[in-house]
Amino acid sequence: MKRLKGALSVMAVAACAASGAWSDPVDDTLVLNGETEMVTRTSAPAHLSDAFDEIYSGWLFRGTETRAMQADDFDNPGMIFVEQAEAVWETVDGSEGKSCASCHGATEDMAGVRPSYPKWNEAAGEVRTLEMQINDCRKTRMGAEEWKYTGGDMVNMTALLASVSRGMPVNVAIDGPAQATWEQGKEMYYTRYGQLELSCANCHEQSYGMMIRADHLSQGQINGFPTYRLKNTKLNSAHDRFKGCIRDTRAETFSPGSPELVALELYVASRGNGLSVEGPSVRN
Amino acid sequence: MAKDVKPRVKVPKSAAAGEAIVIKTLISHKMESGQRKGDDGNKIPRSIINRFTCDFNGQNVVDVTMEPAISTNPYFEFQATVPEAGEFKFTWYDDDGSVYEDSKTIEIG
Repeated sequence: MKRLKGALSVMAVAACAASGAWSDPVDDTLVLNGETEMVTRTSAPAHLSDAFDEIYSGWLFRGTETRAMQADDFDNPGMIFVEQAEAVWETVDGSEGKSCASCHGATEDMAGVRPSYPKWNEAAGEVRTLEMQINDCRKTRMGAEEWKYTGGDMVNMTALLASVSRGMPVNVAIDGPAQATWEQGKEMYYTRYGQLELSCANCHEQSYGMMIRADHLSQGQINGFPTYRLKNTKLNSAHDRFKGCIRDTRAETFSPGSPELVALELYVASRGNGLSVEGPSVRN
Repeated sequence: MAKDVKPRVKVPKSAAAGEAIVIKTLISHKMESGQRKGDDGNKIPRSIINRFTCDFNGQNVVDVTMEPAISTNPYFEFQATVPEAGEFKFTWYDDDGSVYEDSKTIEIG
C-alpha cells in the first residue's frame, strides 16, 4: 500500500510538471519560408511594463502542426486569400477608372503600412484603422462602393497588406493626437463586460497560458491578424475576433468598425508593439 | 464552374536521379458536401472535386478518389521517385465536369 502511495505521488508530480509545461508558450522560433525570422517573443513595451515582462505572439500558443502550417506560404491556407486580393489590387473599380495599383503601384511597395495602423489621420481628425483607410481610398479616390468592414474583399485586402509587411515590428503610435483614443481602448480592455463579467485582461493578461476549456489562452495579441482560423476555414479580422470575445462574455457586442472597437484595436495593437507582423497567421 | 478555383503545386526544380521528392498540391475549392442546408432550408447541391491525379511523363503517380467529407481547399502532399527529367502533370476533376490542370517540369542535377 505504501508503495502504491509513493507511485501515486510520483504520478501527481509528473502530472503537475506536464501541465506546468503546457501552460507556457512553447519554445520555438518562427522562420517564414525558411528565410525570414520572425519576432514572436520580445520584451514588453514600456506602457505595459506593469503587466508583462515579455510579450508573446499567439503563434507560440498553438499546436505543432498549426505552427508549421504558418511557417510555409504554400501550406498557409490564408495565402489563398492573399492571392485573391492581389487580383483585386490590379482590378479597376468605380467611377474614377482606377485600381489600387494605379496610385500605389506594386503591393510590395506597401510594406511598412500595416505595422503603423491604427493611426491618427490628421485630415479626418480621427484614428483610422487600415480598413477605414481602404474604404476612404475606395470612396474618395476610386469612386467605388465601400466594402463591408469585415467582408471577404476587405479582409482579403488587409491580409495582402499585412503579408507584404511580415517580419516588420508592429509599431503603433500611442502618444500625441492618438492618445485619447488609446486611453479609451485601455479603459475598455480593463472593463468587465457581459453576464460573465469578464474583461479582456481577465483572460489575456491574468490567465494567459491556462486552458479555457479546450483552448490555450494566448496574450490576445493581434499582430497575426487577419487570421486564418481552422475552425471556420476563412480569414478573420481583428474586429470579428473582438466581437466574438465580447459575445463570449455574454454581452451585447460593439459592431465591427465602431469607434469603440477602433479604440480597442489601437490599444491591443500597442500591447504588441515589437512583435512581427504575421498576417495572415494560422490559428485554430 | 465553381468560383475562384485555382490549383497550386510545389515541386522542386531539380532532383538527383532516383531521388524521392516531396510534392505539395493545393486547390482552392469550396467542396460543398451536399449535406448542408441553405438559409431557405433547402439542401445546397453537392459540388466537390471528386478525383485528383498526378502523372509523370505519362506514367501515373497517384490517382485519388475524393469524397464529400474532404474539407474546403483540398491539400495533398506525397512523395514521388524521379527516375529521369520530365514533367509532372496534375489534374483535378470537378463534379460539374470542369477539369483543372497544372504541370511542373523537373530536371536531373
